[in-house]
Amino acid sequence: MRRFAFFALALVFVGLVLVPWHMQAAGVLSFGWVARASTRADAAPALLQAMWFGRWWFWPVCAAAMLGGAGALLIGRDRRLGGALLLAGGLAGLAATALQGGMIGPRGWFHAWPAELFGALKTRQFGIGLGGAAATLGFMAFATTGLAARGRFRGDAFVAFAVGLVAALIALFTVWPVGIVLAKVFTVEAGQNAFAASAGRIFEPKIWGLDCLSSGRSCGVAWNTLALAISTATAATGLGLCFALLVTRTSFPAKRLMRLLTVLPIVTPPFVIGLGLILIFGRSGIVNQAAFSLFGVELGRWIYGFNGVWLAQVFSFTPTAFLVLIGVVEGISPTLEEASSTLRANRARTFSKVSFPLMRPGIANAFLVVFVESIADFGNPIVLGGSFGVLSTDIYFAVVGAQADFSRAGALALLLLLFALGAFWLQRRVLGRASYVSMSGKGDAGLPQPLPDRVRRVVYAIALPWTALTVLVYTLALSGGFVKTWGRDWTPTLSHYGRAFGVEWGPSGVIWSGTAWHSFFTTVQLAAIGAPATAALGILTAWLLTRQRFAGRSALEFALLLSFAVPGTVIGVSYILAFNVPPLELTGTAVILVLCFTFRNLPVGVRAGMAAMSQIDGSLDEASSVLRASALRTMTRVVLPLLRPAIVTALIYSFVRAITTVSAVIFLTSAEHEMATVFIINRVINGDYGLAIAYASVLIVMMALAMGLIRLLVGERRIGRRASAPAAPAPIPQRA
Amino acid sequence: MSDAATLPPLAPLLDGGAFRARASEVRLEGVGKRYGAVTAVKPLDLVIEAGTLVTLLGPSGCGKTTLLRMIAGLEQPSEGRLMIGGRDATTLAPGERDVSLVFQSYALFPHMSVSENVRYGLQSSGLSKREALPKAEAALAQVGLSGFGERLPSELSGGQQQRVALARALVLEPSVLLFDEPLSNLDARLRRRMREEIRELQQRLGVTVIYVTHDQSEALAVSDRIVVMRNAEIAQAGTPEDLYRRPETVFAATFMGEANHLKGEIVGHEGEFATVKLADVMLRLPHRGLPLGPVDIVIRPESVRTGAPDGLRGTVRRVTYMGANVEYTVGTAAGDVFALGFDPDRPPRVGDDVALSFVGGGIMLVRP
Repeated sequence: MRRFAFFALALVFVGLVLVPWHMQAAGVLSFGWVARASTRADAAPALLQAMWFGRWWFWPVCAAAMLGGAGALLIGRDRRLGGALLLAGGLAGLAATALQGGMIGPRGWFHAWPAELFGALKTRQFGIGLGGAAATLGFMAFATTGLAARGRFRGDAFVAFAVGLVAALIALFTVWPVGIVLAKVFTVEAGQNAFAASAGRIFEPKIWGLDCLSSGRSCGVAWNTLALAISTATAATGLGLCFALLVTRTSFPAKRLMRLLTVLPIVTPPFVIGLGLILIFGRSGIVNQAAFSLFGVELGRWIYGFNGVWLAQVFSFTPTAFLVLIGVVEGISPTLEEASSTLRANRARTFSKVSFPLMRPGIANAFLVVFVESIADFGNPIVLGGSFGVLSTDIYFAVVGAQADFSRAGALALLLLLFALGAFWLQRRVLGRASYVSMSGKGDAGLPQPLPDRVRRVVYAIALPWTALTVLVYTLALSGGFVKTWGRDWTPTLSHYGRAFGVEWGPSGVIWSGTAWHSFFTTVQLAAIGAPATAALGILTAWLLTRQRFAGRSALEFALLLSFAVPGTVIGVSYILAFNVPPLELTGTAVILVLCFTFRNLPVGVRAGMAAMSQIDGSLDEASSVLRASALRTMTRVVLPLLRPAIVTALIYSFVRAITTVSAVIFLTSAEHEMATVFIINRVINGDYGLAIAYASVLIVMMALAMGLIRLLVGERRIGRRASAPAAPAPIPQRA
Repeated sequence: MSDAATLPPLAPLLDGGAFRARASEVRLEGVGKRYGAVTAVKPLDLVIEAGTLVTLLGPSGCGKTTLLRMIAGLEQPSEGRLMIGGRDATTLAPGERDVSLVFQSYALFPHMSVSENVRYGLQSSGLSKREALPKAEAALAQVGLSGFGERLPSELSGGQQQRVALARALVLEPSVLLFDEPLSNLDARLRRRMREEIRELQQRLGVTVIYVTHDQSEALAVSDRIVVMRNAEIAQAGTPEDLYRRPETVFAATFMGEANHLKGEIVGHEGEFATVKLADVMLRLPHRGLPLGPVDIVIRPESVRTGAPDGLRGTVRRVTYMGANVEYTVGTAAGDVFALGFDPDRPPRVGDDVALSFVGGGIMLVRP
């Protein structure tokens, strides 16, 4: 407790006295500010700014720091008083920091009324930097330590801080930006009626028009999105179920190969399938070419539009549905099926009356998962959509287009968010009400029943051709990088790879002359920074949610799940809106990309952590805390060593996903920080398929290797762990 | 091979001198716990005197484990105040309370060796590895596991794991030692031996022990005092003899050992005693403050005798031969009476007409 209070004090001290409060243009690590701190206010720490440069608005912040500091010094002697001081100092510091940051910007006062109240301001300030961030974190630690000292969070300062941290990060990097986008919908220009203006944006005919029913013109994007998502989800769920049954309930020989399919969507950037389809069915695709040369038939552009996007999405998301459904099918207790068969039911009856009803909630869940993936998908619609618009691409065009219409983007984002949250709500209901999954800690010693013959034939008839098609799409997508011009000049060549990844020897060493290197290095570097942050935050969150009981835990869990449901495009748009003005001015920096990766991939870390945590008996944590270990020590000595496989998994998955993501990142890249996927999409849009395919192939192979490595590492770890697992029976402590 | 055969004895190795005897009183003042609308423990007052072994006994779901976890600091009381050794511990973290808990599942860290497990608490309190090692060795010797330090918990039998858990708790020299159903994962023979060893250890070290169990014979065997819990509150607290011989309620009587529960009627008071009508016989029993009218009567099976001329008449319905004695059931006008006969040579036979009498304190009036 005392140590933690001092840690908080040190943070505040560093933030206020040692490092500059505001963001430095050259980066805080270049240390140019050290020399300028005495002459330029913007390079000075907050305390100096207040003392020397007349920036009086930092005095309340410093006063709050003193208050909290007094609490930190007192806490060893008088816990209640010290805690009260810490809490007061922390809250006051947060309030003072937020107030000055929210009111004073690069042009003095942000608003008119304080200028009238206090008079015009001669100075100004930019966005906060390292100092501001450290101090804010420190103030938060003051407040949470104060709460812990007063008996909240079972008196544990670390847990209190971790809860505060996670809550603050969700608020700052999901709730606030999304709120700003939504506020745009309701922004009124002079002379407009507020209600009519926002209603007009939300219900405009371009979004909700039904022209496609009566005439040849296209429908509104909202209808497009819904129709696409529902048809994709239906097809992908059906296919996923076939694969799940094939793998778990038949004697199909190549089961391991099928499981490999599940890795594909993780390592594949989302538009690669679209690319592959263009190479097959596009105007210069092999099918069209063959049809023309053999039968003289012109197949046309049917792949561009709803059909193509739908096909690409079904290819992309079937593995996701498979992954969800395989868990569902495996989760059905064989004992129930055995019971059914002993009760004179034949296989068909057992399947239709027992197995299938038990799978139903899981199937609904898979449907909703794919539905959400489909409405959030950006890569396939932008590559194959043509004039067929969906919400996510329209948001993009509203922002990057000449008009830069943020109110329209906001309205579209609001709809997209509502669809996603609606699906999320349904998902919670489906899973909450009827979770039949009959797995318990006890091993059910039974054998799953084989499928009824008719079902088995259907499964084979659907799954096998589809597998062949998937393999074909991938093969073509990958081989497209090795021919000169697809459809016209089939000469094998390595020139695309040369253009992308050329390396030359210059006088001063290696010259990375390929056009792809810049974005490649940036992407790998930023993903590598983001991955540890994702893993750490994800596992910390999982630990809090599974192992700690505190007031507001279910609220935190709900907020977290809700933030996961926000589609990437919405996040992208909201980040550029929220973080392009002080106090948090991050657009154009690498920081915003790393933050985006971290929060977009947080679910990966949380899920890996929660899954691993549920394997570890909770009494181990409790034993550690009874044995005088602080929560921090429990975390580092007991939880983390047992979680090592989960940490490796979270690290690699978040790294891979950061590299393959498109939707949010496309809004946030800049010339300096260009991301690989965005680079490739721009090549595709320009028709430079060869280079795009070459680059995408390199990414896929690299990511697949990374995933293979992790399977190898974690697989071995797990075997090692089982050997040393406790033989203690009854892993779940009985609550009497 | 069974655990009981391979484990070295614990008691002869016990040497209280290696550990400081330091016991604290635990005092609960209005301590209660609610989860939302569910009350796990109703606000209750309880004093556990320093140096005594107290069991919290009750059926599952009665709140006994929640109460123990609140004392350990693993749960925060919703109300009330908890004092350990005269210090307000209500908001203290578990590690700051000078208590140790032996878990039902032992909760040995699977990735640490036995020695690392035992040293864990010491090193958490700031001792270096060098300082902690000899203490851990001594603690392992205490529980008869010298030389097992380098093994992993998974390489030990259940009984050995239990002892490591005990050593890990003891090495911290806590002034209060908590046990959460420590014997429930052991086989019957080992359970009997371990409970005697725990009792001897407690008396030797003079430490305060709070012990949760749902097994009444375990509670009777080890306790100085027993706190019987039911429906989130204390049903009755007292010495084992108090609870067995003077239960206050039907629940306490039937939960502590076997008891017949019959209905009678108090027809008169006379000083300390009441005249009670049970079917067609009149009994003279201490009235224990109960008013005239219908009353609950409990009868211990071992106090039932046959052959009294003016006893409760009935017919033997069932006889079970148990080796050391004979169990039989007699149907009477007041209901079935279950009894133990101590003469296997002359067992009652089904169909015999008998008259029952009750000896000693084995029959009493209780509240419903």
